[in-house]
Amino acid sequence: MVKIITKNLNLWYGAFHALKNINLSIEANRITAIIGPSGCGKSTMLRVFNRMNDLTEGVRMDGEVLIDDTNILNSHTDLVVLRKKAGMVFQRPNPFPLSIYENIAFGEKIHGENITRNKLDEIVEKSLKDVFLWDEVKNKLNESALRLSLEQRQRLCIARLIAVKPEVLLMDEPCSTLDPQATARVEELMRELKSKYTIIIVTHNMQQAARVSDDTGFMLLGKLIEFGQTQEIFTAPRDKRTEDYITGRYG
Amino acid sequence: MKNPYRTQNIAFFFLFLATLLIMVPVGLIVAIIIQKGLPAINWQFLIDMPRQGMRAGGIFPAIIGTIYLVTGAIIFALPIGLLTAIYLSEYSKDNLLTRLIKLAIVNLAGVPSVVYGLFGLALFVVFFKFGTSILSGSLTLGIMIIPVIITTSREALESVPQSFREVSLSLGASKWQTIRHIVLPNAIPGILTGTILGLGRAAGETAPILFTVAAFYLPQLPSSIFDQAMALPYHLYVISTQVPNVDEKIRYGTAFVLLALVLFMNLVAIIIRYKFRKKKKW
Repeated sequence: MVKIITKNLNLWYGAFHALKNINLSIEANRITAIIGPSGCGKSTMLRVFNRMNDLTEGVRMDGEVLIDDTNILNSHTDLVVLRKKAGMVFQRPNPFPLSIYENIAFGEKIHGENITRNKLDEIVEKSLKDVFLWDEVKNKLNESALRLSLEQRQRLCIARLIAVKPEVLLMDEPCSTLDPQATARVEELMRELKSKYTIIIVTHNMQQAARVSDDTGFMLLGKLIEFGQTQEIFTAPRDKRTEDYITGRYG
Repeated sequence: MKNPYRTQNIAFFFLFLATLLIMVPVGLIVAIIIQKGLPAINWQFLIDMPRQGMRAGGIFPAIIGTIYLVTGAIIFALPIGLLTAIYLSEYSKDNLLTRLIKLAIVNLAGVPSVVYGLFGLALFVVFFKFGTSILSGSLTLGIMIIPVIITTSREALESVPQSFREVSLSLGASKWQTIRHIVLPNAIPGILTGTILGLGRAAGETAPILFTVAAFYLPQLPSSIFDQAMALPYHLYVISTQVPNVDEKIRYGTAFVLLALVLFMNLVAIIIRYKFRKKKKW
């Protein structure tokens, strides 16, 4: 099932043309990786899907981005609703300087109406279980989230996001600050989560894209050069530039 | 041949000396005030009314007056200052209006305090017909400390990492929810510090209250915000220059109380800031 479609998407930062005529379609319940060298626009691309680029002054977009057949670039798009639906995991694990419990409960605090303590406990437990963090932290829910290891923090951030019940997970180099073992565990988690969510991951680690994703898009200088099944992209790329990149000719 | 180590040592010596020198006036002021003022301090001095034309008795009404004025100033200045700081740090774009507002704040901070006094007289006492009263004095002091509160609050708000805001927004929080639940709680220690520094400044100033509230001598305590009040800095001025033959002990005792009040407030601000730094982990 197609979840997200972009049609002739263009984006400018002031005079800089950062995304050039992007057309792609992203399937639900699959992991889609966007790869490319630094500055190719892959993070910008990701931040289109929850309109986080709006925070940057001087951003202009045209074209269409359909999520569930609704164009989210419409000026009357409700950003609160959009961002509940398409949540983001950032490069640096960034829990709030609050307790583990309060971090997970944040989403309910802003979206929920007068939720009972029991219900909230349930949501916190379920979200932490979904990211396999529950057993590690169940006895210290009231401790500061900043005492956790980097990997635990990143999983906590994913749990915090899941508690808001998103449909799309946008991951912006979620493992770049983690060591190889922690990276492996987060990748494992992504595979576990993909049955329930549409996952898009931006990474400049090609091996990671090859390991974890089902589909891959390769971007270069603001253009989507090639998009297809990960296996094909990595074994039989159609475009010379893709081949050069994945064989390490540049990047 | 020039010896780079020797010139370096000479430079260090003068830099260090200059730094050391700034401690001298502070130390001397505090030492002299304590030495001459401390003997006058006793319970009676703090809670008694002045007697015999202020040549004996206590300074209770001046202490109470200063507390009223400072409280009034903060009730007025904190909301306006904080809301302005939030607007400037979270909402305003870099445009002509914002630059004008910032320019106004800088200039407001640079206005001599006696000018505030005259302004308060013209606006609150005369134009709004509040008379020489605690209300007029508080409002005048409030305007004077607003820049302090805005500047420190803005710094506190802006020191909250941008990533906290991004995460909050990305979870679907509105801008206001983000400010209310994430930015403000993390900025409160800094805001508190600024507020207390503002309080200390308001407690110590003489000129702004000169025409707007301060009474030379009142036989009774103020009973409403439309009453005049005595205040520590003005009382000190009065017994030092306007009343002959006041015992030196009483003058320095008054100075001691005023200094202790201001230093105490600054100390509280320092402690809050210190505790916050220890807790802060990002």
